[in-house]
Amino acid sequence: MSVPLHGIIAEYESAEELLHAARRAREAGYTQMDAYSPFPVHGLSEAIGFEDHKVPWVVFISGVIGAIAGFSLQYYVSVIDYPLNVGGRPFLSWPSFIPVTFETTVLFAAFGAFIGMLALNGLPQPYHPVFNAPRFERASQDRFFLCIEASDPLFDRVKTRQFLENTGARLVSEVEE
Amino acid sequence: MQQEIVRTEPAGRLIEGGHTYESITHKIGSVVLSYKHPRAWYIVTAIAAVGVFTLITSIAWLLLRGVGIWGINQPVGWGFAIINFVWWIGIGHAGTLISAILLLLRQQWRTSINRFAEAMTIFAVMCAGMFPLLHVGRPWVAYWLLPIPNWTSAWPQFRSPLIWDVFAVTTYFTVSLLFWFTGLIPDFATLRDRAKKRIAQVIFGVLAMGWRNSAKHWHRYDAAYLLLAGLSTPLVVSVHSIVSLDFAVSLIPGWHTTIFPPYFVAGAIYSGFAMVLTLVIPIRAWYKMQDFLTMKHLDWMAKIMLATGLIVFYGYIMEMFTAFYSANQYEQYLAANRFFGPYAPYFWALLICNGLIPQVLWSPKVRQNVALLFIIALIVNVGMWLERFVIVVTSLHRDFLPSSWGMYYPTVWDWGLYLGTIGFFTFMMFLFVRFVPMISIFEMRDLLHQTDRHHPAAATTTAAATPVAHTEVTP
Repeated sequence: MSVPLHGIIAEYESAEELLHAARRAREAGYTQMDAYSPFPVHGLSEAIGFEDHKVPWVVFISGVIGAIAGFSLQYYVSVIDYPLNVGGRPFLSWPSFIPVTFETTVLFAAFGAFIGMLALNGLPQPYHPVFNAPRFERASQDRFFLCIEASDPLFDRVKTRQFLENTGARLVSEVEE
Repeated sequence: MQQEIVRTEPAGRLIEGGHTYESITHKIGSVVLSYKHPRAWYIVTAIAAVGVFTLITSIAWLLLRGVGIWGINQPVGWGFAIINFVWWIGIGHAGTLISAILLLLRQQWRTSINRFAEAMTIFAVMCAGMFPLLHVGRPWVAYWLLPIPNWTSAWPQFRSPLIWDVFAVTTYFTVSLLFWFTGLIPDFATLRDRAKKRIAQVIFGVLAMGWRNSAKHWHRYDAAYLLLAGLSTPLVVSVHSIVSLDFAVSLIPGWHTTIFPPYFVAGAIYSGFAMVLTLVIPIRAWYKMQDFLTMKHLDWMAKIMLATGLIVFYGYIMEMFTAFYSANQYEQYLAANRFFGPYAPYFWALLICNGLIPQVLWSPKVRQNVALLFIIALIVNVGMWLERFVIVVTSLHRDFLPSSWGMYYPTVWDWGLYLGTIGFFTFMMFLFVRFVPMISIFEMRDLLHQTDRHHPAAATTTAAATPVAHTEVTP
């Protein structure tokens, strides 16, 4: 029993049971936990006390960079490096630069959403201790899990286990690091 | 009271057959993980493979001999290449509409068809992209279209709609692919966890990138997914608007009209829904997905087809009205030429396929007749192709000077390339059905959760039906 613990995990049968258990864990003072569900459960991240609004900002900033990049490219090409007189139009004929600027904005913002989401989530991540939990493959199918992590100041191998057993869990088990 | 309003819709819920989370996961996931496939899958894939070889042959001969093997000439310089480009890209648009716009509008019924429709978008845009690349004559220097410094020291002309098109189509393809892959990550994780064979575990494990269904992951995932939908929505409108500007910015009679952008977008959605129906109806039957792709789904898709079809038809009427009201003899001649000129049969066939026949969809009985719906969807596909033929060919073949009038006749290589892309598209769609979950599994579980909350009685039966212990995978 010398293997360090990642935490103690409890398995539930429904999203409602998991939500209920997560709220009770918060009330009991636990702060370091994560919940696992086979689909996004509304209100679950609030229930485990997690909030993060970085993704929209990443998308916004990427979009702004995309807009600036797209417009500057056209400005550089059409005004500085390769000015072509087309029917007497000004070199900086900005209305005709709108479509490409729009497209690069969307392109950069979409990459921001995709890469930003993955990076903030720490993916790709080949190994995570929670996969050691018994029956954890059901988290991507039909079961709901709540894991109170060993890094929590209130974590106690016996008491935390007892607490989780009293939240209506079907199965409570230790997760090795 | 509600019953009164919705009585023409088929009864039933969005998921039929008393499914549970486990049974949904099994039903959709096992298509990918099992080796048993309907005989029809093998037959269609084999026929489609013949199409892929036709495509390869047509491209190889084209690269050897040049675009002279096609029917294009002066004055009809665009021909099949541009007709098919617009047709394919339009088909792709329904995928984005279903996955992005219906998500923002909170239309729950999109869940069963969005994965499928997004795959359709990606393969349709691949087919579309081939045509302009091959049409430039020397595809090996197609990188000149991109703003890459090269030995010619020349840059693309950013005032031209053709270069806008390059940016629009490449952005559209990339964003569609990102959106599709983002939606697939949780499903890859499901397949990774269900797979019994080592190779499947490794492949899906790599694709899932360590996704572990954590609430923290889902929190950021939801934000990213919603923002991707929000970005795709104006994008899809911009893409077909820009495609229409390829025509509308020119001075050719019949092309130089301001109605083109909205009318092209409506036409794109119209043809896209027709293609979704064309593919969904047989695949739903072969893979017995009627519980998820219910009559309700088919009914709603038919209604969207009817509505967008009417917008397109309004576009035809306005084109004709504008031609006569303009008092411009070239525009007026073009309108008359469409009705009575050498390509009149195409125009009349277009009116019948796109305007007349789809009107039977007003009848709820027709919308609930799967075979009839399939035939109508095929007719609309043909009709939308004819529309692009009429726009491209009749406008170009007789413009201002009668001395430069001509005729356009597609050659066997035009047809080879076109039918080849249909084969390629079908082939890719069937590979997709085989190797990737064709319906979004996690979104179906979410949908089940949401609908069960609104039907408490169903929730208890679902819970009761869930076996308490599944020990077959526990070591």
